[in-house]
Amino acid sequence: MSGDEPVLELRGISKSFGSVQALRGADFVLVPGEVHALLGENGAGKSTLVHIAAGMIPPDDGTIRIRCVDTKLRSPRTARALGIGLVHQHFTSIGALTVSENIALSMGPAGGRADRQSLSGLPERLMAGLSLDSRVDRLSVAQRQRLEIVKALATGATILLLDEPSAVLAPSEVDELLSLIRDFVARGGAAAFITHKLREVFIAADRVTVLRRGAVTLSGRVSGQTEATLALAMLGTAVPEDGADTTRPSALPVRSEPIMAHFGGIPLRGGELIGVAAIEGNGQRKLLRDLAERDSAAGSVALVPEDRTTEGIIPDLSISENLLLGLDRDPGWSRGRWIDRTRARARTTQLINTFGIRADGPDVAVGTLSGGNQQKVVLARALERRPAILIAENPTRGLDIRATSFVQDQLRAAARAGMLVLIYSTDLDEVLALGQRVLVVHAGRVTEAPQGADRQVVGEMMLGLVPKRQSGSGER
Amino acid sequence: MTGKRLGPILTALAAVGAGFVVLAIGLAASGYDPVVALGALGRGAFGSWYAFGSATLVRAIPLILLGLGVALAFRGGALNIGAEGQFYAGAIAATWVGIHVAAWPSGLAIGAVWSAAAVAGVIWISVPVLLKVRFGVMEVISTLLLNFVAEAAVSYAVTGPLQEAKRVYPQSDPIAATARLPLLPGSRLHGGIVVAVVLAVILWVLFTRTRWGFRLKAAGLSPEAARVSGGIPVLRVVAGALLWSGALAGLGGGVEISGVTYTLFQNLSPGYGFTAIAVALLARLNPLGIILSGTLFGALEAGAQGMQREAGVPAVAVQVAEATIILAVLLAEVLARRAAARSISAPDPA
Repeated sequence: MSGDEPVLELRGISKSFGSVQALRGADFVLVPGEVHALLGENGAGKSTLVHIAAGMIPPDDGTIRIRCVDTKLRSPRTARALGIGLVHQHFTSIGALTVSENIALSMGPAGGRADRQSLSGLPERLMAGLSLDSRVDRLSVAQRQRLEIVKALATGATILLLDEPSAVLAPSEVDELLSLIRDFVARGGAAAFITHKLREVFIAADRVTVLRRGAVTLSGRVSGQTEATLALAMLGTAVPEDGADTTRPSALPVRSEPIMAHFGGIPLRGGELIGVAAIEGNGQRKLLRDLAERDSAAGSVALVPEDRTTEGIIPDLSISENLLLGLDRDPGWSRGRWIDRTRARARTTQLINTFGIRADGPDVAVGTLSGGNQQKVVLARALERRPAILIAENPTRGLDIRATSFVQDQLRAAARAGMLVLIYSTDLDEVLALGQRVLVVHAGRVTEAPQGADRQVVGEMMLGLVPKRQSGSGER
Repeated sequence: MTGKRLGPILTALAAVGAGFVVLAIGLAASGYDPVVALGALGRGAFGSWYAFGSATLVRAIPLILLGLGVALAFRGGALNIGAEGQFYAGAIAATWVGIHVAAWPSGLAIGAVWSAAAVAGVIWISVPVLLKVRFGVMEVISTLLLNFVAEAAVSYAVTGPLQEAKRVYPQSDPIAATARLPLLPGSRLHGGIVVAVVLAVILWVLFTRTRWGFRLKAAGLSPEAARVSGGIPVLRVVAGALLWSGALAGLGGGVEISGVTYTLFQNLSPGYGFTAIAVALLARLNPLGIILSGTLFGALEAGAQGMQREAGVPAVAVQVAEATIILAVLLAEVLARRAAARSISAPDPA
């Protein structure tokens, strides 16, 4: 296998979205007959890399070689013509059409019919239980995903790229999927699949490439790896290059404040800065949102939501109006049923100054601000509510260095002022840098990392490699 | 601030200008003299006090009331396409009540007629609201389809239970004199104009000065942000807005019966409920703007009659101008959105 010429070769791929660098000179090589796992945390750049390989987005820099020929992938159609099939993370079939109609649709106008005969070349196992005449919205999730693969193969793909295919599947279905991928490769194809689950790498992959913050941190045969080496490559060992403050806060003195809330059974007190670490899809989101939904006995809960542009702000509204969102019952902003526009605008101007929001006054639409200034608006609103508990999800994602350190300073200050501050971040360095206590969510269960635990210990806990201590063992 | 205020007005003027240009081209292409035809249109709408008061403004009244109803729903992101149906529901209820209040003092009779009309509008839209809240049915479709049901209900009413006592024509008996609105002497302009303007001002205050108006706008612009960051019960707020929207459209039907026709008949509305969508959009859902855009569309409808009388141009030709105005407004909206999207930072990488 190792002597084979690569079928797909990406070299030095870089890609930025606005101020966010998704890929920094990443290499990826796929050889025939192999299953290649692309491993990394959320936001590591895996999807971007795969989308570039499938012609969905053009790279800023770098070269793409397909079967040893330099290629520019102008569109997904170009990639498809070269035998590259992409299975999207989200299903792309039309529910009201039948299986065969969806397949025909994916083959395009020149693709011809999608009947039993024309599809007879596809592996029988893949087609098993997938009736060509049934409507797609009657299929199970696993069947719909199988259809996505069929669609890719029906266009004659010999290189199959799967964007996190196991995310929607039950464990037994995952095994079936992985063995289907192995089947495809055994017939001479080559496949790469994205995952952040180590187990899948060891079950199904020949080689693995690990991405972290847009750069490849490890690439090689799976047989030479252990869970620990992969985890380390995924979560990183080096000091982050963006200069954020990563000095671990010193251990806390024993606290006497009353318990304000429980997070997965672990009691938390006012004035504490809690870092929450978890790999995407371990139930941390639901735990955080459950806590954010109901005001605790100690007072209100304010949330800095992860998805800033859809949940945090309303781009069409002014800064003043965006602050009013969630503050419209606050006596500083309204009187009973009436909004006090004069006071709201004056208070907005004050907050613009306090938080250093770069904008020409309170009436500017938030959508015209930079991401960092938008996040400052969200943070200003959360703090203006003077909550007892502040929950911040990925509060610095996509921000530049200065905005990042500003947001982090504000969160520290909030805790010093007596708030209970929970910070969830997909960036483990940020969790470790900010959190006085670190809670790890794995498979919906919360455990507390020992004081002073380093990134390796926490990383292994995130991956579920450490025997779990009892929930609630973190009390003191 | 001034630029922000001026933008929509300039857009609206440009859209109206585009509408007339396209209408003129269409007229010329069909062999009419656009100068003569548009002159007739202008005289029909504004040529005299009678034309303005009795033709333009009389048509503007239902357009303003229904436009306010449409705007109320659209503000909350709910697309009430059923103002036509709610108008008819209001008209049926108003007629039935209006016939039975001959013995009442006039103020009370008019109040009863309008209340019945507004309630009927609410009942009519409550079906789509229930379907939306309980089953997630899109109100665009359910409100639209109920328009046809309402038209059929009018046909049934004027050939059945509400048909005139003589049973000759498919129309109702006229409502009692006590239920009719006072007219401005020497014209057909009725007291409904006061109601329309007052309601527009009230809605403007509610939209721009109250918590309710703010929550409605937030829910309409971004349900996710309204729910997560604003703690707003989005579905409840939007459902409430739809019910009030139905009340306004129903009231529009009641005002038309008590101020203009006094009787119910088929095709009572020349599509007011649909034109009202254009009225609301041209005004960018601003209630004060709706007074102006409602008057403009009233003028177009009135001018169309003049154009037909004087220049022999079919009145429907005016719909070319109406359609062009709406397309221009929507195009401006899309372009503004694109320009804004370009200045917003790119999405986070997946």
